[in-house]
Amino acid sequence: MTDIDVQEGSRHKESGVKKAKKLSTRIDMTPMVDLGFLLITFFIFTTTMSQPTAMDLFLPKDTHNEREETKVKDSGAFTVLLGKSDHIYYYEGMDPLGMKTTNFKKIRDFIIDKKMRTPSKDLVVIIKPTVDATYKNTVDILDEMTINQVERYAMVDITPQEYELIQKIQISNNIQ
Amino acid sequence: MKDFLQMPKVKIPRKSTWVDMTAFVDVAFLILSFFMLATKFKPEEMVPVTTPDSVSSQYIEEKNSFMVLMDKGGRVFIQLDPEMREPFIENLNKTRNLGLTRKEIKNFKSTGNVGVSFQQLKPFLAFSPEDQKNFNQTGIPIDSLGGELVLWIRDVRALVANKQQVNWFIKGDNQTRYSVFREVLTALKKNDLNKFSLVTNPIQPPVGTALYEKKWHKKEYD
Repeated sequence: MTDIDVQEGSRHKESGVKKAKKLSTRIDMTPMVDLGFLLITFFIFTTTMSQPTAMDLFLPKDTHNEREETKVKDSGAFTVLLGKSDHIYYYEGMDPLGMKTTNFKKIRDFIIDKKMRTPSKDLVVIIKPTVDATYKNTVDILDEMTINQVERYAMVDITPQEYELIQKIQISNNIQ
Repeated sequence: MKDFLQMPKVKIPRKSTWVDMTAFVDVAFLILSFFMLATKFKPEEMVPVTTPDSVSSQYIEEKNSFMVLMDKGGRVFIQLDPEMREPFIENLNKTRNLGLTRKEIKNFKSTGNVGVSFQQLKPFLAFSPEDQKNFNQTGIPIDSLGGELVLWIRDVRALVANKQQVNWFIKGDNQTRYSVFREVLTALKKNDLNKFSLVTNPIQPPVGTALYEKKWHKKEYD
């Protein structure tokens, strides 16, 4: 029906040339934007940016043979003990009685200080986590070895004497 | 009043509400393509674990991997490379006399993490992978001597023998107790495994430290 109307209309016009109606090139893009942002939110929620990395850990074989045990020079030993609620206890040499308390923020300075004072072939950091330490503490201190480029370090079980000392310090300093 | 009514109407020119959204669309799709290309889909996790940070920059090799997971509460789970699952569970079925059916073996293949004792393995695998989420997994029994985890690791080692290299991973939560970690280490050590990797979140080495210097000097000479 419309077609007929148009034809009649054009007949009235003097020029017989049919003019094409100019269509607007504007398109409503709102749904497109909606869709775009919907997909963005979907991707943000379901994906991860950071891929996990792996930190290598080598442990020495358990040995009960005295001769196979690695000897550590007294002057080069630096023992780090991990305690309750992110506290660190450390001492130099072989005497646990000189134990001092610190935390994860400050331990780096003590390790660097010890590294500067000791010949590199003598330096050995001994890491002894207590049962009260967390997995994060352990990984953090191992990472600290990599950060400070300590070449020789070992993770060893704590002695009962050392654990007793730590507990005493914890009680006197009221560390929960 | 009359004067007021006769005042000419103030004409506000009507502006079109049409906004050109082309630029908007451009930005939206640019961000969208960035997210599609730069990210990876999150693997489905039955056990929520927040890993600690480390400066390590070595990415994880997922092939032939055996992962021990430790969650916040100290439960221990294992996760095996999907390709190794079928021969592994068939072998385990024989060595432990589990008496698993075909369907249960099939369920194991699509199970993410397993954290039950050998006794509970059959009732656990009776559930389809979708329903296993509701199963109360108590974790693989572990003690200071390694517990059942030693046997799991032994079976993996026996299966691959020397044919292929297995990548041993430990993934722990920030709040996992060290005692649990030590028990896992004991279980691995009992199988003569001394080299493994801890799963961590990458961070940059702190400015001014020895590692930082090394990294930057290396770049200068390259």
